Amino acid sequence: MPNLKGIFQGKQKFVTVKAGTVREEAPDGLWTKCGKCGGILYKKELTLNLGLCGDCGFHFRLSARERIAITLDENSLVEYDEELLTVDPLGFPGYNIKVEAAKQATGLDEAIITGKGSIDGYPVLAGFMDFSFVGASMGSVVGEKVARLFERAARQRVPVIIFCASGGARMQEGMFSLMQMAKTAASCARLSGTRTLYISVLTNPTTAGVFASFGSLGDIIIAEPGALVGFTGQRVIEETIRQKLPPGFQTAEFALEHGLIDMIVDRRNMRKTLGSLLSLHGGRRQDAG
Amino acid sequence: MINLGLEFEKPLIELEKRIEDLKEFGLKKGIDLSNEIAILEKKADTLRKEIFENLTPWQRIMIARHPKRPTALEYINLIFDEFIEFRGDRAFRDDGAIVGGIAGLGGRPVTVIGTQKGRDTKENIARNFGMPHPEGYRKALRLMKQAEKFRRPIVSFVDVVGAYPGVEAEERGQGLAIAHNIAEMAKLATSIIVVITGEGGSGGALAVGVGDKLIMLENAYFSVISPEGCAAILWKDGSRAQEAAEMLKLTAPDLKAQGFIDEMLHEPQGAAHKDGVAMARVIREAITRGIDELSGIPPRRLIERRYARLRRTGEFAVREIPASDLPMAAAGNEDMPITPDLPDLEGGCDET
Repeated sequence: MPNLKGIFQGKQKFVTVKAGTVREEAPDGLWTKCGKCGGILYKKELTLNLGLCGDCGFHFRLSARERIAITLDENSLVEYDEELLTVDPLGFPGYNIKVEAAKQATGLDEAIITGKGSIDGYPVLAGFMDFSFVGASMGSVVGEKVARLFERAARQRVPVIIFCASGGARMQEGMFSLMQMAKTAASCARLSGTRTLYISVLTNPTTAGVFASFGSLGDIIIAEPGALVGFTGQRVIEETIRQKLPPGFQTAEFALEHGLIDMIVDRRNMRKTLGSLLSLHGGRRQDAG
Repeated sequence: MINLGLEFEKPLIELEKRIEDLKEFGLKKGIDLSNEIAILEKKADTLRKEIFENLTPWQRIMIARHPKRPTALEYINLIFDEFIEFRGDRAFRDDGAIVGGIAGLGGRPVTVIGTQKGRDTKENIARNFGMPHPEGYRKALRLMKQAEKFRRPIVSFVDVVGAYPGVEAEERGQGLAIAHNIAEMAKLATSIIVVITGEGGSGGALAVGVGDKLIMLENAYFSVISPEGCAAILWKDGSRAQEAAEMLKLTAPDLKAQGFIDEMLHEPQGAAHKDGVAMARVIREAITRGIDELSGIPPRRLIERRYARLRRTGEFAVREIPASDLPMAAAGNEDMPITPDLPDLEGGCDET
């Protein structure tokens, strides 16, 4: 019997994000501009506000660490596969330097953090992609971490939630990169066969190879408001059809209207929504946390 | 490209023309020029060998995109005893950029899928230049599920520059269609043979390109991104595609060396479009061999093999972690079996 207690009471249990856990976006500026309404925002306040514009609710991009802090129960994350490191299988000019620079800039080893944690006490295996790491493109390490996450979930019968964000494949890894689509999709299909829940959350932007693999394979697909969600890049489409694209093309709202996703969830309600979904899929709270 | 001779072939084409002229001249005038012709033909052979044995990746791409390169339907008609085309995705429309149906191969039924380019402008418009919409991928999946149901092998011919980059394609879920095809092909309970005959354009090719045996023609290519796209990203200059083509390691020999394909098929002298019939014969042999090889493997084992094959792909290093620093969760990782319990083929599975 699933524990349904409290799921409709809507008590929000957001974790407070400590200022120290959050990376400074640009060390030179304390202020930033909203990408939608153009309002000037105090960065610290933005961080405390889950990365939302106080005026218009625009969802700023979050780093993986920031996302973890506002999604999982405090200190619940045990990371998986941190030891996997990117190599340069094709000897692609400039690739090592690019990866090194991304490591320096983000403090991450790759574009995804995976691990086991909990949301509102419900155990989950979760993945958090970080767009600031080479556009969260999917190379061998991202693909391997995702595949292992699905495989672990299949063994443990624990639901998976992946916060997707990606510009697509990591072209510097050539075919190794393309095949990560097949690898992650295959392991996702196996998970599905064990009747274990997988929720994919599409954040801004989720495109190309990630959208066309595990991003689209969730039992439930959620998107954040305004997130760019699509397969082909807009520039390529414009060049092909030789027309300007309509406003709102490939947004989360567009995807919802065309029946491609289940719902759009505001970041302020994300934790609650995920908690409800986990509960309704028979999740059992470890410790009421 | 209207010019049917490729730039690097020019000296050869000129030589071939001289031989033709000479033959004609001899015939007309009643002069025996066979010695001269023989010498020139020998020279042409040497030149042809020289050119085609030292093709650059870009030259191979030019061959793969050659307007005379045989299309899927041409190969299908040459290879199979009989082919009955099935159409439509049963939901939206029939996509001409993907063809499929049932065919006979040496008395055995097989399901055939192919990405289909056009031969001329009119056909290319009807076939959308061989670039599928989501409904094309959904048609392919429908036919592949049908193959699974009737336990017949699938042969998929891939020659596609990419999934169609258009507004409607996005509206109808191009990304979802591709994702579902890949996921389903990974667990289909029948054998799948993929033949990459020309262009293997990224996700749009992968969506019909997952299989138990990957066969690739010598001058086909398969790439995560088009060389033009890669150059545009790297240097904001699509005209440097030749350099990008070198870097992407996308040719059949490259991919054979990287272990992505099982078999590379040599093309007739001067590439497949010079002798489609001979090429089809070679492909037919390879497909027959493949089907024979896979026919004895039970479906469950086939799925395991296919999964293991996909699971292996990727290159990464592993950072050494001192044993004392190992988090508990990671400690048992190496001992964990890579594959979970095999999911039930019908999608259900008993809980432990």
